[in-house]
Amino acid sequence: MYDIIVIGAGPSGISASIYAVRAGMKVLNLYYGESELEKAHRIDNYYGFVDGITGKELYQNGISQARNLGIDVLEQEVLNIEIKEDLSYNVVTVENTFNAKAVIIATGNKKVRPNIKGIEIYEGKGVSYCAICDGFFYRKKNVAIIGNGEFAIHEANDLENVVNSITIFTNGKEPVNVDKYKVDTRVIKQINGEQKVTSIELEDGQIVDIDGIFIAEGIAGGGSFAKKLGIILDGDNIKVDENMQTNIPGIFACGNLTGGLLQVNKATYEGAKAGLQAVKYIKNII
Amino acid sequence: MSVLELNEGNFEKEVLQSDKVVLIDFYATWCGPCKMQSPIVDEIAEEKQDIKVAKIDIDNNASLAEKYEIMSIPTLLVLKNGEVKKQFVGLTTKNDICDSINSL
Repeated sequence: MYDIIVIGAGPSGISASIYAVRAGMKVLNLYYGESELEKAHRIDNYYGFVDGITGKELYQNGISQARNLGIDVLEQEVLNIEIKEDLSYNVVTVENTFNAKAVIIATGNKKVRPNIKGIEIYEGKGVSYCAICDGFFYRKKNVAIIGNGEFAIHEANDLENVVNSITIFTNGKEPVNVDKYKVDTRVIKQINGEQKVTSIELEDGQIVDIDGIFIAEGIAGGGSFAKKLGIILDGDNIKVDENMQTNIPGIFACGNLTGGLLQVNKATYEGAKAGLQAVKYIKNII
Repeated sequence: MSVLELNEGNFEKEVLQSDKVVLIDFYATWCGPCKMQSPIVDEIAEEKQDIKVAKIDIDNNASLAEKYEIMSIPTLLVLKNGEVKKQFVGLTTKNDICDSINSL
């Protein structure tokens, strides 16, 4: 068991991990996919780099620094966060389940809502972001999952014993490891319905009748965890107080995920705050 | 005012025949966001004595959930004179709920 699990190895996640480990905590940092930082070709405005630095190099430095300090930094895709009865947290990855007393989410600013016409108006009327919460309403019905990877499979697994059929719509993306379920890789034009969702219309003109749609695009980010756990969001950003605490005690968020200035210096500041506050939280609950 | 637990038996009297604004929280015991919504609803019940606040467990009251076409939880309904005036889907903040109630 860990004291703190940090999800995300960008500047915010690594900063949080560093402050926590130096306070004597056992820290695990999980990351997967490309960081926003890696995409920055060159950073000239971050303090301390005479000739600037590439985003990739800064990102790699952070991970190496974290490992040097004794943080377990593992490349594993996080699928879900579960609240246990003893108020600890299970962080479920593709390969493992890890337990911790506190979790810091630093997954960057990923959009929760897919950019597909009709999704927004049918939220709660056939479009859902939480399979466990809403599977009940689709008992013996035909559902679609919009997604293309392990996250989509994970949501499908939560639905398979409840619904009549599941089709994973990748909306033009390549499916990753999806052999267990029916897959449709065509691009989606829009969601159709009246009082509620009735069909998915594809760009090639075909209309597929469907009773419900679950969103699980790409790799799960903080917004997806928020929808499933009940963390308060402000748009795509997780709401935090000045100590990076979310509405759920023991869950913190930092960096681009909380919105505001999308810069490395804001991210590392928030990571430090989150790390320190998570330590305080743990010391109060022990 | 304390939070009412509604069911098919008391719904007509407590909601449709009420002269007060009624806030209803549709929830289920397995739903994480519903657990986060519940204390927010409790606080509103405590603070706003001029409205009725109620919860419906959709697992035991499927027909009420169907009547209001609930397809996602938590869903909150604000009713006045038996009519739905506002619907919130997903975890909703106290401010957003109260703003909507105050506007009626």
